[in-house]
Amino acid sequence: MSKQLNLTLKVWRQDSKESAGRIETYPANNIPEEASFLEMLDIVNEGLIVQGKEPIHFDHDCREGICGSCSLTINGIPHGKDRGVTTCQLHMRKFTNGDTIWIEPFRAKAFPIVRDLIVDRSAFDRIIASGGYIDVRTGSAVDANSLPIPKADADSAFDAAACIGCGACVASCKNASAMLFVSAKVSHLGHLPQGQPEREKRVLAMVRQMDAEGFGNCTNQYECEAACPKEISADHIARMNRDFAKAAAKEALV
Amino acid sequence: MNALSRCLCSYWSSSIGKKLVVALTGLALVLFLAGHLTGNLLVFVGQKAFNDYAELLHHALHGAGVWIARIGLLSCVTLHIVATIQLTRENKAARTPYAFDATIQAPKSSRIMIWSGLTILAFVIYHLLHFTVRAGNTYDTYVDAAHLANTGLTRHDAWKMVIDGFSVWYVVAFYVIAMTLLCSHLSHGVASMFQTLGLRSKKSRPMIAAISKGYALLIWLGFISIPLAILVFGFGK
Amino acid sequence: MSFILDSKVPAGPLDQKWSKHKMDSKLINPANKRKYTIIVVGSGLAGGAAAATLAELGYQVKCFCYQDSPRRAHSIAAQGGINAAKNYRNDGDSTFRLFYDTLKGGDFRSREANVYRLAEVSTAIIDQCVAQGVPFAREYGGLLDNRSFGGAQVSRTFYARGQTGQQLLIGCYQALEKEIHKGGVKMFPRTEMLDLVLVDGQAKGIVVRDLNTGKISSHAADAVLLATGGYGNVFFLSTNAMGCNVTAAWRAAKKGALFANPCYTQIHPTCIPVSGEYQSKLTLMSESLRNDGRVWAPRTRELAEKIRKGQLSPNDIAEDDRDYYLERKYPSFGNLAPRDISSRAAKEACDDGRGVAPTGLGVYLDFRDAIKRLGEDTIRARYGNLFQMYEKIAGEDPYTRPMMIYPAVHYTMGGLWVDYNLMSNIPGLHVLGEANFSDHGANRLGASALMQGLADGYFVAPTTVANYLATQKPGTVTTDHPEFKKAEAEINARTAQMLAIGGKRTVDSFHRDLGKIIWDKCGMERSAEGLHQALKEIPAIREEFWSNVRIPGSGAGANMELEKAGRVADFLEFGELMCHDALNREESCGGHFRAEHQYTESDPEVQAGKTQPGEAKRHDDTFAYVAAWQFTGAGNAPILHKEPLTFETLKPSVRSYA
Repeated sequence: MSKQLNLTLKVWRQDSKESAGRIETYPANNIPEEASFLEMLDIVNEGLIVQGKEPIHFDHDCREGICGSCSLTINGIPHGKDRGVTTCQLHMRKFTNGDTIWIEPFRAKAFPIVRDLIVDRSAFDRIIASGGYIDVRTGSAVDANSLPIPKADADSAFDAAACIGCGACVASCKNASAMLFVSAKVSHLGHLPQGQPEREKRVLAMVRQMDAEGFGNCTNQYECEAACPKEISADHIARMNRDFAKAAAKEALV
Repeated sequence: MNALSRCLCSYWSSSIGKKLVVALTGLALVLFLAGHLTGNLLVFVGQKAFNDYAELLHHALHGAGVWIARIGLLSCVTLHIVATIQLTRENKAARTPYAFDATIQAPKSSRIMIWSGLTILAFVIYHLLHFTVRAGNTYDTYVDAAHLANTGLTRHDAWKMVIDGFSVWYVVAFYVIAMTLLCSHLSHGVASMFQTLGLRSKKSRPMIAAISKGYALLIWLGFISIPLAILVFGFGK
Repeated sequence: MSFILDSKVPAGPLDQKWSKHKMDSKLINPANKRKYTIIVVGSGLAGGAAAATLAELGYQVKCFCYQDSPRRAHSIAAQGGINAAKNYRNDGDSTFRLFYDTLKGGDFRSREANVYRLAEVSTAIIDQCVAQGVPFAREYGGLLDNRSFGGAQVSRTFYARGQTGQQLLIGCYQALEKEIHKGGVKMFPRTEMLDLVLVDGQAKGIVVRDLNTGKISSHAADAVLLATGGYGNVFFLSTNAMGCNVTAAWRAAKKGALFANPCYTQIHPTCIPVSGEYQSKLTLMSESLRNDGRVWAPRTRELAEKIRKGQLSPNDIAEDDRDYYLERKYPSFGNLAPRDISSRAAKEACDDGRGVAPTGLGVYLDFRDAIKRLGEDTIRARYGNLFQMYEKIAGEDPYTRPMMIYPAVHYTMGGLWVDYNLMSNIPGLHVLGEANFSDHGANRLGASALMQGLADGYFVAPTTVANYLATQKPGTVTTDHPEFKKAEAEINARTAQMLAIGGKRTVDSFHRDLGKIIWDKCGMERSAEGLHQALKEIPAIREEFWSNVRIPGSGAGANMELEKAGRVADFLEFGELMCHDALNREESCGGHFRAEHQYTESDPEVQAGKTQPGEAKRHDDTFAYVAAWQFTGAGNAPILHKEPLTFETLKPSVRSYA
């Protein structure tokens, strides 16, 4: 039999967007240490349902660290303190028997709470919609190999494109800034020759949408980078700053 | 002018643009600090060198130089402060607090920028009243005796003012505290400047961190060396 | 009443069918396109691509997904790559060879013309994705890199590290967001389709539940496209996302759409083994690992037992005591043998008592030799993220100890029946991607799912849907139609009924029970006896579900137990259909392996050296057809309709990888 843990959970409960939330305490007993953090919540929820209580609502889907759905702040850190993982990839063997674990939603004004630990991250979609794409009509593309791209550029683009849009950057930021998310997209497309025609238009539109959504500003603490499950670098933020400065000047002066 | 004002407006109205203003004004202030420190260190060269320097500052461009510098610095400080206060308010509004708050890696210096900045502002006001306006003291009456003897011309004895000013322990204490906060402010601020101006990259990352820390340390050591030398080691007495 | 289905495959030579069909297809003039509304359910590669492309063409699109953002559709989890017959490697690839491999890989149970079309449009997909900014792997010269993938002897797989699905989906999602911004697509995230609405026998809308507010509402359209993925979660444990479900397809089936080949399910050979009851899903380790990893099991039961008990480390096992069974049985494909074959071989080794995980259900995927040959750095560069993922989950270091793997449910080839236009037997209802049945036959080759999803979404459906729309006057049906009210009332009644049960068991506990039955009796190996048993056990679970499930809360607001309950209730009906189909198909083909139908020493094909004993034995004379099932009510026997499979170009042969 594998090792089992007994834990105390302090969980944020909130019935709906409008209602007030509160922290509630639940025991989590006999948790196998091989279980993932979300599986631990599954076990707790099974118990709650059988007792006739409301289960803890949380967002999750792929449970392999790629969809970006899971969004828990564990002991004050989005996705928990283990680096480079999402909550679903965090395993209970990282905890010790008797631990008290605080579980809260990703907190930001721009991410209103839907229920308990589920937040509305549609602001991210609106930012992408404002310009986070290359406008190419289906069927109009030239042969894929007609435009060689230096491997280093393709790799840098990929590093930025690895973003899963989970929002941990916002949740970890003392200012709830979305700069890492936005810059990852600006940098992904900006590294590629295909992304050049819309490069300036893109950065202006995305930054303006980001501001309009009510995210805070970057104070260069790089908490985002540390919390990012895909370890996306804050260097992309510098790149976006530069792109924005150039584009804004050009927009006004040229 | 229309295009330029449009450009400035578009910077000021966006988060990144406002941060650019903070970075550029910060850069000007950082450079000013280096100049200010270099001048101050002339204290150690001697009374004549220091008072020559003070006279030069006041007479550059027929006396206009100091005013241009003052106006320039004042606008930088004002823009720096107004922008950061606005940004800080936006930041506070964007965040909802955690019941369990934690920090992964952000150094303390980066988290107290607004407080270190406001303390420095308070210090700057005091510092100006102390040495520039010379309110509540008699430093205005100090005359460079050696200069008078040599040239027959009267000029202010800035050197003696510094020695006397830093002979009071609580003045030195406040000064050292303020310089320590300035050091903290710079250690985060200088590196941030590179980031905001988009000059930071994977490869330059460690270098920028080192420059930022090194510069902050240099400024701190440089500025506190004068009052400490005077108060503790009795320099100039 | 059983009938023969018309696939509407165009006449003419295989390589000209699609061009000819495009030429013969109806066009709708640009000014009229915007009068048509099209509903797309699902926002993965197929749905997202279709929604974006249709909006670009000028149609009004409404797109629905249950996730909180279209970017989270489960296509995102595909790791390995996407096939295309570009022949950039000059290694003998061609449209025809991709077609051949895919058809053979599907064990000659797919529709020839569809497979050829898939191979034909594959190259345009890569062009499109690169233009969108998908950062595929490149060589130092700046051109695209390729790798080989399970079941193919050419390198035609394009990839983006181990996250190809993610990158393709992000490309598609960005195109979709672009159209949302322009107003061509209205997006409804966190919205689940609960019913298909037919008006005069044609699909004219859907009824949905807003998962945040619980509100039930109706949406009318001129055509409905389902791109809702596969039904792998009927097994409870699978590599699918937790939310993947059969609900949209099943509710359409209950409205008369035929469900084709539900028993064709793909069990992926390289997943991390199950470790306990608490487990909620299984994690896939990309098939690309088999390019350098060697699969083995201990040669004897005694050695395996010692490993299981922890008395021996796999590294202590001498070369001679390791059975590299794939290399032994399939020398020319070796570790790259197709998925169905590799999975079954792993099961065989474990059934023989030579499994290695604590549960006895696991074999090794060993990189020792590759690390020796290429160095740890090269292996880290190729598979670093996958190794890290393994270590996180299994708690063992795969650089020093071989990975343990075991097959897990991964993909479902079956789906709603569609014709060449991707339209189901219900006029107006089109089905795309994994949700349809058409292109993979009885087994899907690696790196083909992404290809099919995008082919359907970018290139096929946007062309063929016009053939249906041209026969329709736009906007004739609105949600005021009584059919919508009726469907809404039914949904509300069903929800109320579920909430009122107030039993003792959780939804998951029923799902787990169902999954165990399906895995044991309709999994990697099926038998008439087991299937008959399953057909007795499933209705019993269903009955208990409807009398003893406990769903807390109400229908208003977010209620994840209610969402799950609706999906599990559908799986409880659908699982039965799977077993019916598996029972009907008295042959073995691809992912469908019937214990009664395997080659033995006495078969002439074995004696001629074409295949080996224990391999799947097809019966082309009696089962070369698509089995499309008509729902007749829960618990009632479904009615079988057939679409005969004809092979004009390739003669079905024994599928050998030896």
